[in-house]
Amino acid sequence: MSAPSVLYDAPGPKAKARNHGYTAAFIVVIGAIAWYVISELLDSGQLDWPRWEPFVNGSGVWTAYILPGLQNTLIAAALAIVIALPLGAILGIARLSQHLWIRAIAGTIVEFFRAVPVLILMVFARVIYFEFTTLPEENLALFSVVTGLVLYNASVLAEVFRAGILSLPKGQTEAASALGLRKTQLMTLILLPQAITVMLPAIVSQLVVTLKDTALGGAILSFPDLLDSVGKITANFGSNVIASFVIIAAIYIMINSLLTWFAGWLERKLAKRKKAPKAKPIHIATETGAGASMDMGGGGDSGSD
Amino acid sequence: MFDLIEKYNVLDAFWLTIKLTFYAAILSLIWGTILAGMRVSPVPAMRAFGTLYVNLFRNTPLTLILVATSIVLKNTLGVTMFADEQSQDFFAILDFRLAILGLTAYTATFVCESIRSGINTVPVGQAEAARALGLSFAQVLRIIVLPQAFRSVVGPLASVLIALTKNTTVATAIGVAEAAGILRAMIEFESDRIMVVFLIFALGFVILTLPTGLILGQVAKKVAVKR
Repeated sequence: MSAPSVLYDAPGPKAKARNHGYTAAFIVVIGAIAWYVISELLDSGQLDWPRWEPFVNGSGVWTAYILPGLQNTLIAAALAIVIALPLGAILGIARLSQHLWIRAIAGTIVEFFRAVPVLILMVFARVIYFEFTTLPEENLALFSVVTGLVLYNASVLAEVFRAGILSLPKGQTEAASALGLRKTQLMTLILLPQAITVMLPAIVSQLVVTLKDTALGGAILSFPDLLDSVGKITANFGSNVIASFVIIAAIYIMINSLLTWFAGWLERKLAKRKKAPKAKPIHIATETGAGASMDMGGGGDSGSD
Repeated sequence: MFDLIEKYNVLDAFWLTIKLTFYAAILSLIWGTILAGMRVSPVPAMRAFGTLYVNLFRNTPLTLILVATSIVLKNTLGVTMFADEQSQDFFAILDFRLAILGLTAYTATFVCESIRSGINTVPVGQAEAARALGLSFAQVLRIIVLPQAFRSVVGPLASVLIALTKNTTVATAIGVAEAAGILRAMIEFESDRIMVVFLIFALGFVILTLPTGLILGQVAKKVAVKR
């Protein structure tokens, strides 16, 4: 392909000049906005070095607040996804049951918890734990956050599992039945292992959603997570609100970008593996040709990540 | 149940939820479409900006964005969002607008990615034919590609809208008295009737999101370009 995208021709001299003009105009606009923001920040003294210094001079910001917060965030997200996975599998399989009443119950549970906001689930879980259990005070927030996330993610993952199982060729089920496998064996030996491989990218993407949702606990339930550490930092190291938010946001963005990239990598790897047996072994060019022959309309430009 | 709904103005709270959803949905549709246009444009600086914006905001928790609008924009920088400072509900209006700003900044990234995937479903021949007719990039996008792309992403956009409806609850973190804000007040004072309180709010959101999904699902089927 000579053109970078099907939406526009490879630029000639005129178009190149025009694009340079647009680039310049766009950079001027963005630059003006950036200049305005930075001058505002300078005026209010937010970019003064003392406000940023604690993050680099070993003052204990990292060891006292950020890292413990990060640890709690990661623990909550990991716990939530680890508990939600088997629950989601059970719900997803139940939705494919041959018995109407099992399908109906599982369907209602899944649709209900997908419709209710996670925040409300968390707040409610906290009240329940507070009123009806003797959980120690310091665990209450973690338990509520994880409970809310599990209820929501289990129902989302149930749909992922269902779609994954339905995406398998019918021949798998038929062959297993022909071999005389029982329904349980069919599911655990044949369908689930294959479905999980197909679903891996979706599960990793769900991990990003879960990680972002843990921040709800920090803001609403005073769960001592990464977001909650902003308040502690600004309370102990002067009024460096903007510096703290920038650092904390950068940490979230870094972890989530890494996970998003990993999900994309898994997806590409699995797509390649699936195609491999079909391709003729001699035909080496297919690997690069595959991308172009895929039904990519416009816009599949270099920016796709 | 109904006495609780009346006593705590639950309906007013849900009305605020609907208003937040409405304004944020319209604005993120506009901003998301502009971002999608930037990400497929021939100008490298716009593509870079679009990609950077989407990757930054999509990977930041919405809670952090909303809390930052309140603490950074309002408390630290004194942004007023064109609200009348003399007005009695200055802070209510300001918080409401900040919540819309935060929700829009976050939701637009998902709108952008949906539209971009919609652009990918438009056959190459459409864009090629348009270029052969001598249409410019803006014309190809506006007249040929985007109308077809929109028709194929009604389904994904409906999911984004439902997610947005639920995400408005996060606005409680900056003091907007929408549904989740009232819920927290009710839990405090009605602890002996928690199940009823929970059911009211759960049902409220089921009522808001379920028809959206069903109706837009039908619309998606109807307008999708049959290929």
